[in-house]
Amino acid sequence: MKDLRVFTPARVSLGRAGSGLPTRAHLEFQLAHARARDAVHHPLDAAALALDLAPLGLPVVRTASEAPNRDAYLRNPNAGRTLNAASRESLAALHGHFDAVFLVADGLSALAVHRHAAPLLACLLPSLTGWTLAPIVVAEQARVALGDEVGPALGAAMSVVLIGERPGLSSPDSLGAYLTWSPAPGRTDAERNCISNIRPEGLPYPLAAQRLLYLMNESRRRKLSGVPLKEEAALTPSA
Amino acid sequence: MPFQHTVSGRVYKFENLRVLLAKASPARSGDQLAGLAAASAEERAAAQLALADVPLKVFLAEPLVPYETDEVTRLIFDSHDHAAFSPLAHLTVGEFRDWLLSVEAGSVELGRLVPGIIPEMAAAVSKIMRLQDLIAVAAKIRVVTRFRNTLGLPGRLSTRLQPNHPSDSPQGIAASIVDGLSLGSGDAVIGINPVTDNPSTVAILLRLVDRIRETWRIPTQSCVLAHVTTQLEALRRGAPVDLIFQSIAGTEAANSSFGINLALLDEAEQAARSLNRGVPGANVMYFETGQGSALSANAHHGLDQQTCEARAYAVARRFHPLLVNTVVGFIGPEYLYDGKQILRAGLEDHFCGKLLGLPMGCDVCYTNHAEADQDDMDALLTLLATAGVNYIMGVPGADDVMLHYQSTSFHDALYVRSLLGLRPAPEFEQWFNEVQAELPRMAAMIEA
Repeated sequence: MKDLRVFTPARVSLGRAGSGLPTRAHLEFQLAHARARDAVHHPLDAAALALDLAPLGLPVVRTASEAPNRDAYLRNPNAGRTLNAASRESLAALHGHFDAVFLVADGLSALAVHRHAAPLLACLLPSLTGWTLAPIVVAEQARVALGDEVGPALGAAMSVVLIGERPGLSSPDSLGAYLTWSPAPGRTDAERNCISNIRPEGLPYPLAAQRLLYLMNESRRRKLSGVPLKEEAALTPSA
Repeated sequence: MPFQHTVSGRVYKFENLRVLLAKASPARSGDQLAGLAAASAEERAAAQLALADVPLKVFLAEPLVPYETDEVTRLIFDSHDHAAFSPLAHLTVGEFRDWLLSVEAGSVELGRLVPGIIPEMAAAVSKIMRLQDLIAVAAKIRVVTRFRNTLGLPGRLSTRLQPNHPSDSPQGIAASIVDGLSLGSGDAVIGINPVTDNPSTVAILLRLVDRIRETWRIPTQSCVLAHVTTQLEALRRGAPVDLIFQSIAGTEAANSSFGINLALLDEAEQAARSLNRGVPGANVMYFETGQGSALSANAHHGLDQQTCEARAYAVARRFHPLLVNTVVGFIGPEYLYDGKQILRAGLEDHFCGKLLGLPMGCDVCYTNHAEADQDDMDALLTLLATAGVNYIMGVPGADDVMLHYQSTSFHDALYVRSLLGLRPAPEFEQWFNEVQAELPRMAAMIEA
């Protein structure tokens, strides 16, 4: 049979040893799992990330959630959804009236944020003419819902959280973007729009930026986000 | 109503049935996160002893989530069949376990009880059952459903072919479909999780699968697992929708966090049925569930996660689904910490689903931030297959390159079918045997 691997990064055409996997395919899987496990525990270098984001022209502010370390983060999601006291004070000092805030958060893959947050924003920001943007917020040990606290803390009408997704075996560095209109603690997932798998091998930066721009414009125009706000308009996969 | 149990002179008190159920639950991180778990191993054992003495009738006396404010509770109580319950009316939870394990409780007897059992009873009895009990009872229950083929017959194990691609590439998805079909996967459904939730994507991917299915005359069905409203919009625009999918949970508030309610699911079932794409009277819905979803939406009402999960099955059974599966290890370590907790949860969910009359499958899976690996999945897969699970997932090499988690592979299904003498759905098996020699040609079609 033709080699199906030219069409997909999925583990197709692996062959068989009886019903099971041939040794090589089995051990390559084990290696990939080992690397994904390591990625989950890779710490965010917030100082380096702030330097990468600086050329975008927006101020960058560093924050952290109430989860003091990765173990606490994994066991208690609520800790990752709440700012620690020092971060709350830093944001209060920057309070204003903003159309949107970008929150760059480690999530489950700091690697994703290090690799893709700055290039994605570099594609997107030039299109946001006429938007008043808050300082970019970098957050350690953070989950998506941290944006619900960051938005009102800064006085932003919309939060866009760029966050490291769960590492997959062939993608330890996938970035997700979550848009929430009128962020506030208690928002549910149905009130957000999500674009996932942002990375050159998945959804490339220009396409991700285009989709995000569409959602941001529509969200601002219709003053809502989530299930009622569907993506349309030239957003279908190429045939 | 308070409950208590005394162990060597020490009295353990449980202020109500919710507390008792939570403290009697075998240990898991989600109940600890919610602050509901037993404080010690002895307290858990005492709670199980107290729970065993609770009459089943008590579960009908007082809803655990308020009837007035929760439509799932209203569904459970309004659809309860008192006549079907009458053979159980005199039993306690412990006596119910003994009866389920007895020879008298055969397939026919268990089938008759289904409308008389409410999810809270199923959850309660599962909490005092070991894995072998969960397996032995579930193995007695067959739930058969139909769309273009027949799923759930004795001696059969089906698979959902899950050909996801990180950018919804039709060629990439087709490649995984061809790989899976060539290994005998896909009789339950060919079901794609799209990256992008919009009606145009749903329509493109449904047409892709439909073309392959019609060209090769494959007796199976397709589904694109977008939000129910997205699938409905695609359907209105003429997309070839076989099954409508939705994630569901066990409380109204949790379902609301998914952007759904029972009326919307009613509308979806009617819409799918109106297309008449399956055999007459076909089952047209596909649901996924998973312990922890209610707590994750802060919508658990102080109920433990396994009881919430069982309540989701009441939602499912209202819509006579073709397929229901728990995505047991997907939610993460804050709800099911490690392989041991995932293993038990998978068997609990399968047992409760079957006891409530559902065509229960399981996504045997884990994420990379959980303390679990392939060995844990082998154990759960093998145990579920002995318990008679209707279907499992078929993912190329067990690695879902879109959702970033590990499920079961095409090879895993071959292993367990071969080990236990299980076969695919009969119509699909016959098709596979007829076309197997020609399947390599299928790959050549991808570029065309």
